[in-house]
Amino acid sequence: MTGARHLYVHLPFCASRCGYCDFVTVVGRQDQHRAYVDALLGELALEREALAPRLESVFLGGGTPTLTQPRELERLLRALPPALEVTVEANPETVTPALAELLRDCGLTRVSLGAQSFQPGLLEVLERRARPDDVRHAVYALRDAKFDNISLDLIYGIPGQSAADLEADLSDALALEPEHLSCYELEAKPGTRFTHAHGAELARQAEAMETYFERVVARLTGAGYRWYETANFCRPPTLADGRDLRSRHNLAYWRGRDYLGLGIGAVSTIQGRRRKTTPRLGTYLTALEAGERPPHEVEELPGSVRKSERVLLGLRLDEPLSLAGLESALDSVAVERLERLGLVERGAAGAELTLTDRGRFLGGGVTAELLA
Amino acid sequence: MDQNRIRNFSIIAHIDHGKSTLADRILEVTDTVTGRDMRAQVLDSMELERERGITIKAQAVRVAWKGHQLNLIDTPGHVDFTYEVSRSLQACEGALLVVDAAQGIEAQTVANAYLAIENNLEIVPVVNKIDLPQADPDAAAAEVAELVGEDLERVLRISAKTGEGIEAVLDAIVERIPPPAGDPDAPPRALVFDSSYDQYRGVVAFVRMVDGSFSRGEPVRAMAQGTRFEAEEVGFFSPTMVAADALRAGEVGYVITGLKDVSKLRVGDTLTSERRPAAEPVPGYKDVKPMVFAGLFPTDSDDYPELRDALERLKLNDAALFYEPETSQALGFGFRCGFLGLLHMEIVRERLEREFDLDLLVTAPNVAYRVVTKAAEEVEVHNPSDMPSEIERVDEPYIKASIIVPKDYVGPVMELNTERRGSFDHMEYLSEQRVLLVYELPLAEIVLDYYDQLKSRTRGYASFDYDLIGFREGNLTRVDVLLAGEPVDALSLIVHRDGAYARGRALVDRLREEIPRQFFDVPVQAAIGSRVIARETIKAKRKDVLAKCYGGDISRKRKLLERQKKGKRRMKQVGSVEVPQEAFLAVLNLDGPKKDGQKK
Repeated sequence: MTGARHLYVHLPFCASRCGYCDFVTVVGRQDQHRAYVDALLGELALEREALAPRLESVFLGGGTPTLTQPRELERLLRALPPALEVTVEANPETVTPALAELLRDCGLTRVSLGAQSFQPGLLEVLERRARPDDVRHAVYALRDAKFDNISLDLIYGIPGQSAADLEADLSDALALEPEHLSCYELEAKPGTRFTHAHGAELARQAEAMETYFERVVARLTGAGYRWYETANFCRPPTLADGRDLRSRHNLAYWRGRDYLGLGIGAVSTIQGRRRKTTPRLGTYLTALEAGERPPHEVEELPGSVRKSERVLLGLRLDEPLSLAGLESALDSVAVERLERLGLVERGAAGAELTLTDRGRFLGGGVTAELLA
Repeated sequence: MDQNRIRNFSIIAHIDHGKSTLADRILEVTDTVTGRDMRAQVLDSMELERERGITIKAQAVRVAWKGHQLNLIDTPGHVDFTYEVSRSLQACEGALLVVDAAQGIEAQTVANAYLAIENNLEIVPVVNKIDLPQADPDAAAAEVAELVGEDLERVLRISAKTGEGIEAVLDAIVERIPPPAGDPDAPPRALVFDSSYDQYRGVVAFVRMVDGSFSRGEPVRAMAQGTRFEAEEVGFFSPTMVAADALRAGEVGYVITGLKDVSKLRVGDTLTSERRPAAEPVPGYKDVKPMVFAGLFPTDSDDYPELRDALERLKLNDAALFYEPETSQALGFGFRCGFLGLLHMEIVRERLEREFDLDLLVTAPNVAYRVVTKAAEEVEVHNPSDMPSEIERVDEPYIKASIIVPKDYVGPVMELNTERRGSFDHMEYLSEQRVLLVYELPLAEIVLDYYDQLKSRTRGYASFDYDLIGFREGNLTRVDVLLAGEPVDALSLIVHRDGAYARGRALVDRLREEIPRQFFDVPVQAAIGSRVIARETIKAKRKDVLAKCYGGDISRKRKLLERQKKGKRRMKQVGSVEVPQEAFLAVLNLDGPKKDGQKK
């Protein structure tokens, strides 16, 4: 085995926690940044042999990776193995010209900006710190630093968001001409502070917001973007000097490739075994200070589960899913039924499966039904 | 035992008025059960009975008190088992009529008291729970004295819970209830007032020896059914089975029959001896017929054989249960089952789910219809979808309902009964505050949500009981439901023609709420024959996606889809539409608020 060609690094620090967020994050703890980077590098050394000699992608996610103290961030970035695509997630308000330069100098090729919305009121509902102009300034700073692959994250279905608000957000985002866009429907998880505060309002709006996903897709594909994954859009090669702007790192997940994750709460999937590192900062640091692997949960993925995952991930993409070897993961009666309903299409004499456009809007339910 | 020293009695009471606790206390005070063996409520032996606090099967216990043999015959407390109650009462000379000091008399108290009076029993009125802080023993005593025509001072006041007054109850049984009058030398006659099934010994008949006696080895014949067997053992309950040489006139006990099928020996039949047969059976036997029907389907069609086996086994000790295979286009293979009433249905379903671990879908219940077709054929219809289309005449079962409410609720109750095609029979003031209303109603109007409605319109104060009074002609029609153009047999219902439009509309509205949106538009229609009387559309879903899915989310998202898939499996595929189980119960409470559910 040649090892995983994709590396994820989790940087959990945030200035504050947004109400809707359910990632592993740590607020404050400036004094721990150095120790945390030490621990990440220690963990990398321990896991090195799980990685291939040459990496295709590195992804730094958070938390707010760009909130990590610049000195520590730089130390980490310079120590990470090189890759064809190196992405960092950034909150707009943290992206100064100096930071943009630093990222460029450290070999980053791609920045994913958590814009979420361009409406001050909606940003407040989301408890985001950035103002609309922060997003614009961040994009300008990155462009000045010669970044030619910028992604914007948008959230739709925010409590109080009208259809016109959504259209305005999409216009504002498109005006910045990003190479890539990720658009997520707000998930109000039961039991969160956010759902407590806004659940009733969301329930009231549910019917009105039902069309938002369709609006997002219509608007972005209308602007020439490729809807290459359920929630992801990029400029096609024809509008990008022949470049394939799909996120290599995320494509690896959707294609069922192996990946190594470092940091608290990070998940790795390597050779049919999924591992999740402890989400507790203290536990993580202590273990690595002692030169030991931090505690983790292991989930063995039997063949049948791996096949199901290939289907559920693969069908998120606009490219056909090759069914070779996956037949047992599918309910053939359901496939036929869904084909009759115009939700899936079989190609290549039945050897490939794709969701139709309408099938993609119903992708979750369709996939649940397809799986054996 | 000298026949003059025998007393046979039962305890009749409304549910929760303390019948079982009083029985327990009697067993304790007479030293029939020692403290160590004393489980609370010894007589309710089935797990379900204990849990629901009701008695399903009657039992009989012999106790000794001051040189007398007292036989306590426990009766089922519910309307569905009226026939069993009346057989039990026929085995007695007297009854304790127990009334809760805080509640006063209830509909069941009245119904059972009338039953006891019809059977010429000596009634000993007892006001129980006088220890409760909210008790009003004077008011309760006045009500019960009025009901049975007894002097106020002869109403006993007790607390079965604390044991206060129990000895006075036992003394009153000896003093007031007459000894049995049978002829010890006549050819033997024993009234079967209940039976149970023991997997090793077969059917055990609970009997009251009316005349003569039975000993072990007696060749016995059941006079109505003609079943023959040899009495493998006779004895009595104390409270467990104790074998005896013989059962003599006036005594209560059991006969082990060795029969392997409970349907061979029905409650109400008379046992006599082949050697010296009696000329006439004890009068009053009738074959009880199920009146309420529902389809029982396994949620997972693979469980069909298990359901069949479970019904076979239940039937062994529940002769009143009726079932036959049914095939529904919508629900697949299952059984159409007949029950004595709603509680009986509930109990059977719970036993199937609990004792046999089956996941069941029970369709909305309906009643038995007697139909005369245009071709002058007579058929009995147990399933709305079997209703012939060319009908000359349909008869449906009617009941006489007794409802007791505080007088402020008389209006709402009358209104409800009018809505339900009821006709007023009469009204009595039981006290200044409480009124007894008697109505005649079609049973079909009761089997759905009548009881819920009655309770909600009277803030829970109404108590209700009924008796079947026969079949009457009804102006009825069948309403069918179509989902995406396909008729769904399991949702057909038979309604009064005047109410057909309203019911059809309500049903369609309810189904639109109960059936989740699908990948395509689903028209929901109600129709009489080919005429659509109501229509709604369940709009297709427009989005159903997991917003994001990256490396850290995959396991969680996979599990989410697996759960979603499992949820879909629990639905029934009707044509191309996935219908949740609850939708099949939509007809149960068309008038009530959504999700209010069935009563428990």
